Amino acid sequence: MAWRVGLVLTAIIVALPVLVIGSSLFTPFSATWRHILDTVLADYVLNSLALMVGVGTGTLLLGVVTAWLCATCQFTGRKLLSWALLLPMALPAYIIAYTYTGLLDFAGPVQSSLRSWFDWDYGDYFFPEIRSLGGAICMLSLVLYPYVYLIARVAFTNQSGAALEAARSLGAGRWRTFFQVALPMARPAIVAGLSLALMETLADYGTVDYFGVSTFTTGIFRTWYGLGELSTAAQLAAFLLLFVFILMAIENASRKRMQFHTTSTRGGIKRAQLRGRNAALATGFCVLIVTLGFLLPALQLVIWASISWRTALDSQFWHLLWNSLTLALIASLICLLLALFLGYGKRRYPGAAQTGAVRIAAMGYAVPGTVIAVGVLIPFGALDNQLDALVQTLFGVSTGLLLSGTLVALIFAYVVRFLSVSLQTVESGLNRIKPSLDEAARSLGSSNERVLRDIHLPLLRGSLLTALLLVFVDVLKELPTTLILRPFNFNTLAVRTFELASDERLADAALPALAIVIIGLLPVILLMRNLDKGAASHA
Amino acid sequence: MKLAYTALQSAIRTLTCALLLAVTAPAIAQELNVYSARQEALIKPLLDEFSAQTGITINLVTGKGDALLTRLQAEGRNSPADILITSDAGRLVRAEQAGVLLAQTSPELEAAVPAHLRSPQNFWYGLSVRARALVYNLANVNPDTLSTYEALAQPQWRGRICIRSSSNIYNQSLVASMLATQGADKTAAWLDGLVANFARPPQGGDRDQIKAVAAGLCDVAVVNSYYLAGMMTSNKEAERVAAAKVGIFWPNQDDRGTHVNVSGAGVTAASDQPELAVQLITFLTRDASQQWYAETNSEFPVRGNVPVSELLATWGTFKADPIEVSELGKLNAQAVMAMDRARWK
Repeated sequence: MAWRVGLVLTAIIVALPVLVIGSSLFTPFSATWRHILDTVLADYVLNSLALMVGVGTGTLLLGVVTAWLCATCQFTGRKLLSWALLLPMALPAYIIAYTYTGLLDFAGPVQSSLRSWFDWDYGDYFFPEIRSLGGAICMLSLVLYPYVYLIARVAFTNQSGAALEAARSLGAGRWRTFFQVALPMARPAIVAGLSLALMETLADYGTVDYFGVSTFTTGIFRTWYGLGELSTAAQLAAFLLLFVFILMAIENASRKRMQFHTTSTRGGIKRAQLRGRNAALATGFCVLIVTLGFLLPALQLVIWASISWRTALDSQFWHLLWNSLTLALIASLICLLLALFLGYGKRRYPGAAQTGAVRIAAMGYAVPGTVIAVGVLIPFGALDNQLDALVQTLFGVSTGLLLSGTLVALIFAYVVRFLSVSLQTVESGLNRIKPSLDEAARSLGSSNERVLRDIHLPLLRGSLLTALLLVFVDVLKELPTTLILRPFNFNTLAVRTFELASDERLADAALPALAIVIIGLLPVILLMRNLDKGAASHA
Repeated sequence: MKLAYTALQSAIRTLTCALLLAVTAPAIAQELNVYSARQEALIKPLLDEFSAQTGITINLVTGKGDALLTRLQAEGRNSPADILITSDAGRLVRAEQAGVLLAQTSPELEAAVPAHLRSPQNFWYGLSVRARALVYNLANVNPDTLSTYEALAQPQWRGRICIRSSSNIYNQSLVASMLATQGADKTAAWLDGLVANFARPPQGGDRDQIKAVAAGLCDVAVVNSYYLAGMMTSNKEAERVAAAKVGIFWPNQDDRGTHVNVSGAGVTAASDQPELAVQLITFLTRDASQQWYAETNSEFPVRGNVPVSELLATWGTFKADPIEVSELGKLNAQAVMAMDRARWK
């Protein structure tokens, strides 16, 4: 009982900001809605859908293929590439959008060189417009595929080699084994990664705004900033939540129909040695993706940073670094603990109320950061002011604002926003552990806590590390929530990067941006080494 | 033993002192809390100077104007903020209407800031002026063919105009000024003509529009003048090269003048030290501060007697639209709707 109540209570607290936004649907709809329906809503819906379909396809293609290659094949550079493929994760989507625009737009070096080589003029040649819906799909796919890759690779690596070998020995070819055995077995993990990528796509504001693509998020801000109607903007955001709800329902249904459990992580796949053309293709494909998703934009940042580092590297810089690191660490640890608690509780005590509560708690990821911030500001402000009034009448002293404008509010918002990331990862890890294992342990007299500690935690190690890393990097890159909720005189690397980049001072923004990328890399490397060690000890 | 006792005694003394200090310190040191939509780099140096001169500590949070306004509203009467600084008049009008600002009469401020650049009821004061000018390709456009914003809707400019998204506040404020001076019908017709003349769907920022003009993708762009100044003095060669290929033109010189907006500041209703807050705003409007805006970000001073920067001086003087900027703020929502109807993305 205590578990159940705790579960639902935790979920409700985390879901509070989302519920605040959702409740806006029950407030009266202003006359502005007529205007939005008549003019811009169709654009918002269609563009958001197109973006999701595009990014979904892109991340699946890049993420699954690379995960499969790295998990089950042996080719030149595999070891290096298998972690290099995570590098794009460290790049915020709006930064990669800025760098590619710098490279590829009409005034950029690529087109300028083409024009001078061939003596072309404007209109003489065709060049795809980077700042378009297609461009946004490419940018988002390039930085979001690692979510699919990371989770799918863990799934492929942990797949029982026996199942695959059985399929091969029964005469199935490599392709058939992949499509009919390995892929369906990894499906929960792939879908988990995909839904993270799609939620991030829905929440993206920086890229679509810069590229001039009108989506739900740009619409929310337009309604709020341009029309000054926060309640209408919140209602738009609530409709965005409906989108997410449907997405989650589909994901959940697909997971239910396909549940595969692995008895052990032993007997992992023996990697097949690729040779000749195949090996070259595998290496080439991975190198290409790493180059486009990371090396090229990073190189551009380094070039810009080399112009501006002297002015950017001041004493404040180290302060920003420290702030970013501690915030990311605290938030990712809290998310991990909560995810473990929620995911485990849901597994142990399945029920409509618990499942529903956990689902709602995880919706924050698809909500644009600014909207989450509003969902935190309103209840915290109200609570603080109520408390102040109460203490004032009872004791005649003012408490002021206790939570608003403190790091507590900010970290709470991070948890709301990123809990989904750790939850998805932990859940997909838990799903791969057979429930009969729990039952066996319990029938032998183990308590819930002991099952968790002695059986699940060791089996989950890879998933837990992944969950920690994903949230850490996400918090490091997070911007809009940080901007609104941070205390006085508190800056992070992302805030500095954004302030400069939004003023189109990209060269000056390059150094803090690079710092985000580099710090984002450290845990990536740590994680990969750990995962590889884990895999090696099981082989 | 004795040593340990002395150590303990001194420890207690130190602790008591520290506690006393902690309790009394906030009452002694004066502090002002600022919410600023102007970026840190464009306001902090001035705030630091104020601190150095007066000994008043200044705490700063920067962010988007509307987000800061929402934070002010959510925090209510307990908000720690004393001052709200925004980069456009529209947000200040919104703050005024939301009741989070408190009007402050200050003869000094009223003398410094011209009436049309502040709130009619003195809820807020303009700090710097931002002008929305035309930038044209020196090779393809004869500046004699340029005249007004209105003329940009004429068919001769079909496919030749670059301008950023209608989500941008400076475009919204420009359209609001059209609504205020030309009326709804004429503005709607103008918007239709203008949108039909776009060289490409709106994208990127003001610098991107200038680069597009320099590259010949379009012939005329509507941008805030300080972006061009920023490119002329950029540490990136490509930006300086692009800036050299374009010229600047001040539209509507024969009638109402070029459209301007202000960045400005107001004292919050929750502030418990409004006099200090007014002192800071006054500091931001004094001559040296006004010159600083001009030199750091190439904005124009609100005070007529303050000289503009050397670079700005080379662009010559221009006549600015004398409409009350508070009027623009009130028309902002209407402007956005008009742009939606004209399918200006």
